[in-house]
Amino acid sequence: MNEQAHGWIRLIIIPLINLVLAFFVSGLVVLMIGENPFRALQILLTGALGSSYGIGYTLYYATSFTFTGLAVAIAFHASLFNIGGEGQAGVAGIGVAVVCLSVVGNTHWVLVFPLAICGAGLAGAAWAAIPAYLQATRGSHVVITTIMFNFIASALLVYLLVNVLKVEGSMSPESRKFGETARLPFMHDIMGGIGIPLARTPLNLSFLLALVCTVLTWVLIWRTRLGYEIRAFGQSESAAVYAGISPVRITMAAMLLSGGMAGMMALNTVMGEANRLVLDAVQGAGFVGIAVALIGRSHPVGVLLAAILFGMLYQGGAELAFEMPAISREMIVVIQALVILFTGALENLVRFPVEGLLRRFERRAR
Amino acid sequence: MNGDNGTGRPETAAPAIELRGISKRFGPVRANRDVCLTVEAGEIHGIVGENGAGKSTLMEILYGFYAADAGQIVVNGVETEIPDSQAAIAAGIGMVHQHFKLVETFTVLENVVLGAEDGVLLRPSLDRARALLGNLAQEYELEVDPDAVVETLSVGLQQRVEILKALYRNADILILDEPTGVLTPSEADHLFRILRNLRNQGKTVLLITHKLREIMDVTDSVSVMRRGEMKATLRTEATSPEELAELMVGRKVLLSVEKRPSTPGEIRLDVENLSVTDKTGVARLKGISFSVRSGEILGVAGVSGNGQSELLAVLGGISPGTGQIRVRGQTIDISRADGQARRSDGIAHVPEDRQRLGLVMAFAQWENAVFGYHAAPAYCRQLGLTNRRTIFETADTWIQKYDVRPANKNLAASRFSGGNQQKIVISREFERNPDILIVGQPTRGVDIGAIEFIHRQIIALRDAGKAILLVSVELDEILSLSDRVAVMFDGRISGERITADTDERELGLLMAGMTDKGGSRTPEVLPE
Repeated sequence: MNEQAHGWIRLIIIPLINLVLAFFVSGLVVLMIGENPFRALQILLTGALGSSYGIGYTLYYATSFTFTGLAVAIAFHASLFNIGGEGQAGVAGIGVAVVCLSVVGNTHWVLVFPLAICGAGLAGAAWAAIPAYLQATRGSHVVITTIMFNFIASALLVYLLVNVLKVEGSMSPESRKFGETARLPFMHDIMGGIGIPLARTPLNLSFLLALVCTVLTWVLIWRTRLGYEIRAFGQSESAAVYAGISPVRITMAAMLLSGGMAGMMALNTVMGEANRLVLDAVQGAGFVGIAVALIGRSHPVGVLLAAILFGMLYQGGAELAFEMPAISREMIVVIQALVILFTGALENLVRFPVEGLLRRFERRAR
Repeated sequence: MNGDNGTGRPETAAPAIELRGISKRFGPVRANRDVCLTVEAGEIHGIVGENGAGKSTLMEILYGFYAADAGQIVVNGVETEIPDSQAAIAAGIGMVHQHFKLVETFTVLENVVLGAEDGVLLRPSLDRARALLGNLAQEYELEVDPDAVVETLSVGLQQRVEILKALYRNADILILDEPTGVLTPSEADHLFRILRNLRNQGKTVLLITHKLREIMDVTDSVSVMRRGEMKATLRTEATSPEELAELMVGRKVLLSVEKRPSTPGEIRLDVENLSVTDKTGVARLKGISFSVRSGEILGVAGVSGNGQSELLAVLGGISPGTGQIRVRGQTIDISRADGQARRSDGIAHVPEDRQRLGLVMAFAQWENAVFGYHAAPAYCRQLGLTNRRTIFETADTWIQKYDVRPANKNLAASRFSGGNQQKIVISREFERNPDILIVGQPTRGVDIGAIEFIHRQIIALRDAGKAILLVSVELDEILSLSDRVAVMFDGRISGERITADTDERELGLLMAGMTDKGGSRTPEVLPE
């Protein structure tokens, strides 16, 4: 019973204390530049959650972060640090575009969606495959190779958009529109259809896919044989080898799943919001995914919550920068960095005192 | 005598060390409870106890690694605060750790001086140390080449360097933590001669061990610890191993294993010309051959590091090798490391390092209960899902049958004691009902009560007709369990004996590399 109580404190209380500390220090920074930190917090919160417009944008960002966060988390369980989500999601955009551009005429999105999921997953996995293979067989560290593949992906994207997919006569490096029928329906359209009016936001059906992927990732990690093997390998490679678990197979499997999951975010931005392939579809979400996985402790539910937190910071931060001119876009980045610092890197700062306090409390109670 | 008599050196009557009411807890674990210990000066004083009894914690408090929650330390009649190891050294206490703390690429001399240099320039310290080392070598039989690089020395010599380090720092009280675990019998004998010399020169020696025979051989008095408490301090000549064992465990213990003569059947495991070369190109196994029949235990003795680990690794599918291995007459593929294939060949493997190999320490007991067999159809459902209900039932059954404590399948393996961790591994492998069982160091770091249990289980499997290969560095264990003994030295089998026809002395010679000349005593024909 004690064990469980400790588990809950670890999972909920400590991240919350970390978050409060992060906001406290952010508040000091806001104070230093001469603004009222309480008003800033209020603007940030109402901007993110105060209206269906704010919530829509918050969840739209959170959708991307969930996919990339889950991707990093899956690899983490195998003790692999996939920081190539940015590139994998970028290439997955090409996969989505290829599917959407090659379907004929006015094919309905219900038919396109499964194909696009496959396109995104396969392209993302393929982009992770080479670093995975090099890690598994040659020991080339995935941290190095995946980050190099991010640059290759971005160069590939530029080449394709400038030389191959660009619309004839257009100046902007983007593909032609996929067509309205192939667009993933927006949530405001769906909810409006059943009589719940929502503001127009880019939030689309892939949000539900993110929720499904969260559950599926949980099942994969904690309920399947492959997840068991991934965790065993991640915890102790030597023990995994003893048990006859092939390190090559697990490295490949974890990285391909990770890349595929990162690829899913292309559905949100490319098939959902933009309805065409654009240059900056990923917008740094691949890197935010690392922070999200860290804060979420690589647990799918934690990742989902952390993704929503970062969605709030993105959306509320944009509002804040707009409402308080003294707080620039860069200030928002500072606040995000503080959240990462306190919840990710400085976890033990709070954990040790809290656990010590708890132990003393228990002893007295005994 | 309260230490305020003003003299640096107390009267001769003062004990070297007196611990009063030492208590220490780690979270919920009370490692030491109100421990009192008096060690007379100029004696060899043994401390015995099961693993986790608190011996090491007590010594680490004495050496300044941990601060005690309560209690006093009195050294030579003077109450002394020992907040760190520097203070311990200043109080004349030296420690030889179980795992040596030497810089392997430094010479002996450099290691001895390291941390005790007395100036900016190294040369004067080194010269002084060289002279002192010469004296010590003569006085105590502590000969080591001062210019040898430590990594080229044998384990026994490295241990001498550790002792020299302590003596160089003017230690009058020397603590040795499980010093013989890595030594051959003759190296251990030499160590004991050194310890007796030290005592005869007026030094005090504290010897921590779990081997009762060593206590009886070398100590003057002995203290027994159990579950963090000091149970008794006795004069060695007035006690017996049986009494000590009973004090350690808290009940009567059978020190010898009861077993009937073996009835070997057909050859189950046949190894021919097996060689292994490691990643750096060094040959670890140099063409060894042996066979194990059903219903017998072949013990593999030897000082650790002579190829036993590599042998276990190849048989268990952890690393590849060259040569031929036949299981029930069928040649198996050993060019690739494949633990799953070995398991389907009917080989179960209790690895020598349960924490690194046998268990995933962060996994719960139930997850570890099927580790390596997790792909068995009984544990899987459709879509790659695990069959948790069956695994839970399996885990609960084995916890009951093997008396794993605490009986909680949700607890991480790291939260169990060494003996219970070993029971988790052993239940998993033994219950698989394998044709061939390979067991590495089955009782390393396991308490006496559990050792008894594990030994009985191994004998029971033998009597059930399994072919068992037992690798152990504990010669006692080999002698009491196995029907035949193969001794490994430098990647080869230096000799093979029928256990009943050999003794410790002969095996000790083989362990030190004396090979068979005629080989006339190698058993060619086994009783059918």
